[in-house]
Amino acid sequence: MKLTGAQIVIQSLIKEGVNIIFGLPGGAIIDVYDALYDSPIKHILVRHEQAAIHAADGYARATGRVGVAMVTSGPGATNTVTGLATAYMDSIPIVVFTGQVPTKLIGNDAFQEADIVGITRPCTKHNFLVKDVNELAKTIKEAFYIAGSGRPGPVLIDLPKDVQQAKAEFEYPKEVRLAGYNPKYKAHIGQVKKAAQLIASARRPVIYAGGGVIYSKGANEELRRLAEGFSMPVTNTLMGLGGFPGDHPLWLGMLGMHGTYRANMAVIHCDVLIGIGARFDDRVTGKLEEFAPDAKIVHIDIDPASISKNVIVDVPIVGDCRDALLKLNQALSNINIDWEDKHRDWLEQIEEWKKEHVLSYSQPEGGPLKPQYVIEKLYELTKGKAIVSTEVGQNQMWTAQYYKFDRPRTFLTSGGLGTMGYGFPAAIGAQAAFPEKLVIDIAGDGSIQMNIQELATAVSYRLPVKVAILNNGYLGMVRQWQQLFYRGRYSQTSLEYSPDFVKLAEAYGAVGLRATKPDEVEATIKDALSKDVPVFIDFVIEREENVYPMVPAGAPLSHMLLV
Amino acid sequence: MRHTISLLVENIPGVLARVAGLFSGRGFNIESLCVAETIDPKISRITLVTNGDEQIIEQIKKQLNKLINIIKVVDLSEIESVEREMALIKVRAAPEHRAEILRIVDIFRGKVVDVSPDYYTVEITGDANKLQAFIELLRHFRIKEIARTGTVALPRARKAFKEKGEE
Ligand SMILES: Cc1cc2nc3c(=O)[nH]c(=O)nc-3n(C[C@H](O)[C@H](O)[C@H](O)COP(=O)(O)OP(=O)(O)OC[C@H]3O[C@@H](n4cnc5c(N)ncnc54)[C@H](O)[C@@H]3O)c2cc1C
Ligand SMILES: Cc1ncc(C[n+]2csc(CCOP(=O)(O)OP(=O)(O)O)c2C)c(N)n1
Repeated sequence: MKLTGAQIVIQSLIKEGVNIIFGLPGGAIIDVYDALYDSPIKHILVRHEQAAIHAADGYARATGRVGVAMVTSGPGATNTVTGLATAYMDSIPIVVFTGQVPTKLIGNDAFQEADIVGITRPCTKHNFLVKDVNELAKTIKEAFYIAGSGRPGPVLIDLPKDVQQAKAEFEYPKEVRLAGYNPKYKAHIGQVKKAAQLIASARRPVIYAGGGVIYSKGANEELRRLAEGFSMPVTNTLMGLGGFPGDHPLWLGMLGMHGTYRANMAVIHCDVLIGIGARFDDRVTGKLEEFAPDAKIVHIDIDPASISKNVIVDVPIVGDCRDALLKLNQALSNINIDWEDKHRDWLEQIEEWKKEHVLSYSQPEGGPLKPQYVIEKLYELTKGKAIVSTEVGQNQMWTAQYYKFDRPRTFLTSGGLGTMGYGFPAAIGAQAAFPEKLVIDIAGDGSIQMNIQELATAVSYRLPVKVAILNNGYLGMVRQWQQLFYRGRYSQTSLEYSPDFVKLAEAYGAVGLRATKPDEVEATIKDALSKDVPVFIDFVIEREENVYPMVPAGAPLSHMLLV
Repeated sequence: MRHTISLLVENIPGVLARVAGLFSGRGFNIESLCVAETIDPKISRITLVTNGDEQIIEQIKKQLNKLINIIKVVDLSEIESVEREMALIKVRAAPEHRAEILRIVDIFRGKVVDVSPDYYTVEITGDANKLQAFIELLRHFRIKEIARTGTVALPRARKAFKEKGEE
C-alpha cells in the first residue's frame, strides 16, 4: 500500500522506536502533524521552537537515545538554529524535521521560505533536503544512523510540503550504506600497547576524561578500572562530569578555567596525560603552549579530527572509549608493576595540593544566602540522585563544583556553545523521558528568562521539573568578568527589573517558592521536592558572589585566581 | 606548504557548498578548486589546492573526511602525481609583435585559439610553474584577460609491468 510522505515520516519514526517528539506545527509541516494525530507517538507541544530542540537534546543526553523534534518552515526552522548549534558543539544526537515550501517554490522567496539546509550546514553533523518521496524512508534511516553513530551530532531533514503529500510505497530499509561514512569503533591494538608502555614509564600520570566517556556506553566502568587498577588520579571536563564518581578518592574535580586547584596543578605537573573522549577545549587548556608542559600525551577519541587539533598528541588512539579502555586495561595488567607503590609519591603530592586549597565558601549564619550553600543542600537533599541541568554562567559553574555527579547522563549542560536558556527545556526533555525521576534545572535569573515560556509546557504535560533560580539580579558571570578584568564597570549586566518569579510560576499554574535566608533553604527545598508539579524556587542570593578558582581567559592554568 | 588534495564526492547538490563552507568556516585557505564528474556519473572529483603548516593540512584532511558526502580524500602531495592547469590568455597582438608571440606560444606548446585584429587568445596547459613562466613572458605584450582552470591532478599509475629482478 502506498503512503503519503507525511505518513512515511510517522511510520519511519515508529520503526526507529521513537515514542516521543517535541515540536510546534505550522502550515508547511501540517501534513505530518495530521499523520501524527492518530499515531501512538507522544508529542510535546512547546511554546518556542528553540525549546523543542533543547528538549530533544535533553532527552538524548539523559537517555542516550536519539532525540526528535519537528517544526514548520521559515521562522519555525530558523528558531531551531541555536538548539542545533548547541547540540552540535556538545556532540548530541538529535534528528530535527523542518517543513519546507513546495519544491517548485524553493528559491522563489516564497511565503515562510528559509534556506534552512544552507543555514544549518555548519551547525549540523549532516542535513538533507528531501525532494523525492521515494527517497524519504531511506533518508530518515540515514539521518538516525548518522546522528547516533560515531561522534554523535544533530541531523536536520527538510521536508517540502509536496513531498509530504506525494505517495510512495513504504519500505523501511534494514541497513544503511554510506560510502563516505564509516565510524571506527575498534581501537588499534598496536597503539594501545604503545600507550600502555608510555603509562608504565610514567611517574606522575593523570587521566583527563571528557564527554566521550559519557557517550560511550559502559566506558565509565572501564575508566574506573583504569583509575583504581593502576592507581591513577582522574580529572573531568565539564562535559565529563558523571563519568567518574564525584566522591571517589582518586577524583580531582573538574579541571580548566573554573577547575579545582589540585586538578589544574596535577595537569601542570604530570608527566603523562591520558585524554579520554575529551577535545582539549580552550576553557580546559588555558594558554595552549603551557598546557601540561612536561607531559607526553595519550589521546583516545572516536573522531580523528579531535586528535592533535589543539595539542599535539604522542600516542593517538582512534576508537570508542569503552573498547579502547578495555584493551588498555588489559594491556596494563599484563605489565608487572606495583602501581600503587609507583604512584604513591604522586598521589601524596596531590593530597598536599588538596590541603593547600579546596573549593570553599563561608555561609554566614543569618547573612546573605550563598549559591554554593544552596547547591550543597540540593546535593544533600536529593542524595546526589537527581538529573540536573543548568543554565549558563555562574549557576552552571557552581553546580559543576558543588553537585557531585556519580553516574553518566545525570548532568545536562551546554558546554561548547554555552547557551543561556538551555537548561529549562532540556530538563523538560529529560523529565518527559523519565517521568518518575527527579529533574532539577539550576538556573540564573538571566538565563531562565530566555525560555521561561516553557513553564506552560511543563504545567500542561505535568512534567514536575524543579527550577532552582540562583537570583543575583545580575548577568552574574559577565558581571564577574567586569569586576575582575574591566575595572568594575558593570556595563549592562544588572537585571534590575525581573519578574516576581513566585507570582510568575503561579500565573502559569505552577508552584512558586522563595528562600532568602540560609535557614530557609532546607525547608524550601524539601517543600519543593514533595510536590509532584513544576516548581520555581527563587533563591535570592548574595549579589556579587564570584566563582573561584578562575583562570583568566587565555592565561596558563598556573595563573589561577584562588581567593 | 602547498598541497593538492583530491576528493571523490557524491555527485549531489550541496556538496561543493559543504566543502567551501568548511574552508571558510574554519579559516582554511583555498587557492584553487576544480569540480567535474568522473566516469561514474554518481561521483564527482574535486581537486583543490590549499596551503598551511602540517597541523593545518592534517586538520583539513580530517575535517574533509568527516563530511558524509565525501567518499575519499587523497593528498596528492604525499604521493607521485601529475598536475595540470589550463589557461586562456587574451594578449594584445600588435602587428610588430605577432611573430614573437607565436614563437613563445610554440616553445611552450600552446595554441592560438582565437584571432582578432588586435588580440590573440592563447591556450596553454601545464603545471603551475610553466603557466607562471608563460604568463610572465606574455605580460610584456599586455595581457587583457586571463581565465585559469585551477589545478587538476591524478596519482601516477603504478608500473604496469614489473621489470625482471624487481621486488
Ligand atoms: C561559562 C562556561 C565555563 C566553562 N568552564 C569550563 C571549565 O572550567 N572546565 C571545563 O572542563 N569546561 C568548561 N566549560 C566547557 C567547555 O567550553 C567545553 O564544553 C568542555 O570543556 C568540552 O568538554 P570535552 O573536552 O569533554 O568535550 P566534549 O564536547 O564533550 O566532546 C567529547 C569528545 O569525545 C569524543 N567522543 C564522543 N563520543 C565518543 C566515544 N564514544 N568514544 C570516544 N570518543 C568520543 C568526541 O569526538 C569529542 O572529541 C565551560 C563552559 C562554559 C559555558
Ligand atoms: C544566549 C546567550 N547570550 C549571552 C551569553 C553570554 N553570557 C554568558 S554567562 C551570562 C550571564 C548569565 O546570567 P544568569 O543567567 O543570571 O546567570 P549567573 O551567571 O548570574 O549565574 C551571559 C550573558 C550566553 N552565554 N548565552
